[in-house]
Amino acid sequence: MSTRTLSDAVREPRWARVLLTFTALGFLGLFVGAPLVTIFAAALSRGAGPYLAAIGSADTWAAIKLTLLVAAITVPVNTVFGVAAAWLLARYDFVGRRLLLTLIDLPFSVSPVVAGLLFVLVCGAHGLFGPWLSAHHVQLLFAIPGVVLATAFVTFSLVAREVLTVMLAQGSREEEAAFTLGASGFQMLWHVTLPKIRWALVYGVLLCNARAMGEFGAVSVVSGHIRGRTETLPLHVEILYNEYNFVGAFAAASLLAFLALVTLAARRVLEGTDE
Amino acid sequence: MACRALCPFPVDLSGLAAVLRLRRRGVLPGFGLSFGITLSYVGLLVLLPVGALVWRGSTLSARQLVDVLSGPRARAAFELSFGASAVAALLNVVFGLLVAWVLTRYRFFGRRFVDALVDLPFALPTAVAGIALTAVYSERGPVGSWLSELGIHSAYSSLGVAIALVFVGLPFVVRTVEPVIRELDPRLEEAAAVLGAGRVRTFALVILPKLAPALVTGFSLAFARALGEYGSVIFISGNIPGKTEIVPLLIVGKLEQFDYPGAVAIAVVMLSASFVILLALNALSARLSHGTPR
Repeated sequence: MSTRTLSDAVREPRWARVLLTFTALGFLGLFVGAPLVTIFAAALSRGAGPYLAAIGSADTWAAIKLTLLVAAITVPVNTVFGVAAAWLLARYDFVGRRLLLTLIDLPFSVSPVVAGLLFVLVCGAHGLFGPWLSAHHVQLLFAIPGVVLATAFVTFSLVAREVLTVMLAQGSREEEAAFTLGASGFQMLWHVTLPKIRWALVYGVLLCNARAMGEFGAVSVVSGHIRGRTETLPLHVEILYNEYNFVGAFAAASLLAFLALVTLAARRVLEGTDE
Repeated sequence: MACRALCPFPVDLSGLAAVLRLRRRGVLPGFGLSFGITLSYVGLLVLLPVGALVWRGSTLSARQLVDVLSGPRARAAFELSFGASAVAALLNVVFGLLVAWVLTRYRFFGRRFVDALVDLPFALPTAVAGIALTAVYSERGPVGSWLSELGIHSAYSSLGVAIALVFVGLPFVVRTVEPVIRELDPRLEEAAAVLGAGRVRTFALVILPKLAPALVTGFSLAFARALGEYGSVIFISGNIPGKTEIVPLLIVGKLEQFDYPGAVAIAVVMLSASFVILLALNALSARLSHGTPR
């Protein structure tokens, strides 16, 4: 009897629970739910025909292809780096470890516009390597390599962060066992470490991919907005929107929103398998 | 081995690594390789570009810096960016705490779906968020039309900027506060109840102090993120110079006019501002968690 009254006393009364729940849901509905629904509603506002026509247009296809290309380069590179960095930071202690951790987190806290500016300052005509690059007829800025570099920068820490968290939590006993039993470094990586971290790795890769395909600010600064050549899908969304082609803009946006939803759903599924 | 032949750089660094390796946990292989890959990549992609910004920033004279930053347009942009970011982060602290509380303490239909929805601003591309928020809050949108009947113009005003920044900052507060609420010791609340405190009093005097460090951290993360945000803001703000123009847009404007010193000056200020704020709030949060022993 006494425990029952106690458990009642540490809960809010029913009316307060209902009120708080509805306030929270209302807030989320206004700021997150409504925009999400609007994307698909606006994309389909004239029916399925114009929607499919907008997605099938040549410029949108060119943007989709470039976006896929950029992701196909940055995601594998960031994945290899992410596993290496996580292994390094989780398993060893060395001078400058904390500094390295801060440097890996840095791209996360920098404004995307500043991130773009960084690469203008390195590869631009007036940049650090500008004279050398133009002397050798290499165009990085306002071309696909610049877009790849800026995207790699902003999605830099995502895989490393996801994998590092899991590696720190798991410890390294299995690896030590494998190593003392005579496994080579590569065997240890392939048969022990990668299976241990696989779900975190998969989620990190998915998140990295979603962000790589969706990056706007940094890419906008370095791309030069050459239609059909250096225009990724998010940049294409902006151009269509500024041309008052709302169905086209929201149709392209719906592809990216769908990608975001798949990424979030995958996270839920993967979290379930980890338990 | 093939990799070593292709990139001699990491091998050179692994020699350096052996020197730097003072304490090493365990006997596991791969230090040299992972150190080489990580350091080359970080060096090329982060250190070099940031170094370029610092180098360009250091060539500016104090006079140039003041000229760029003291113009009325720049001042207005800084006021808007800092003001709207602070308002949005504060709103996120209040409502983010509420959302985190409801998600961890209450059971209701669709809770898992709502929980997943909280992460959406993190996964949704900012440009997509920008046009969607504009559609919702413009005068012809479902929420905007309703607000404009009340005489509130949400899109194309500083309120619109704040709305976009609330959207991008929300997951930072919720995801920082949530684990702390989950790990609150139930005995504390029970003790407060036994001693005669009501729920409001227990919340204000027992629970809130425990959550304060997480709330400060959440605020600082949301604020720092909001300060640099670009994609979701530029659609809803209308970008009226001196009125609804944010600082990142100012940088883009300078770049479009090939005014590199101007862009660098503003970028240096932005970078140091977010750095200083993060440091200050981290220190504050460390002190708060120190003041309330677990």
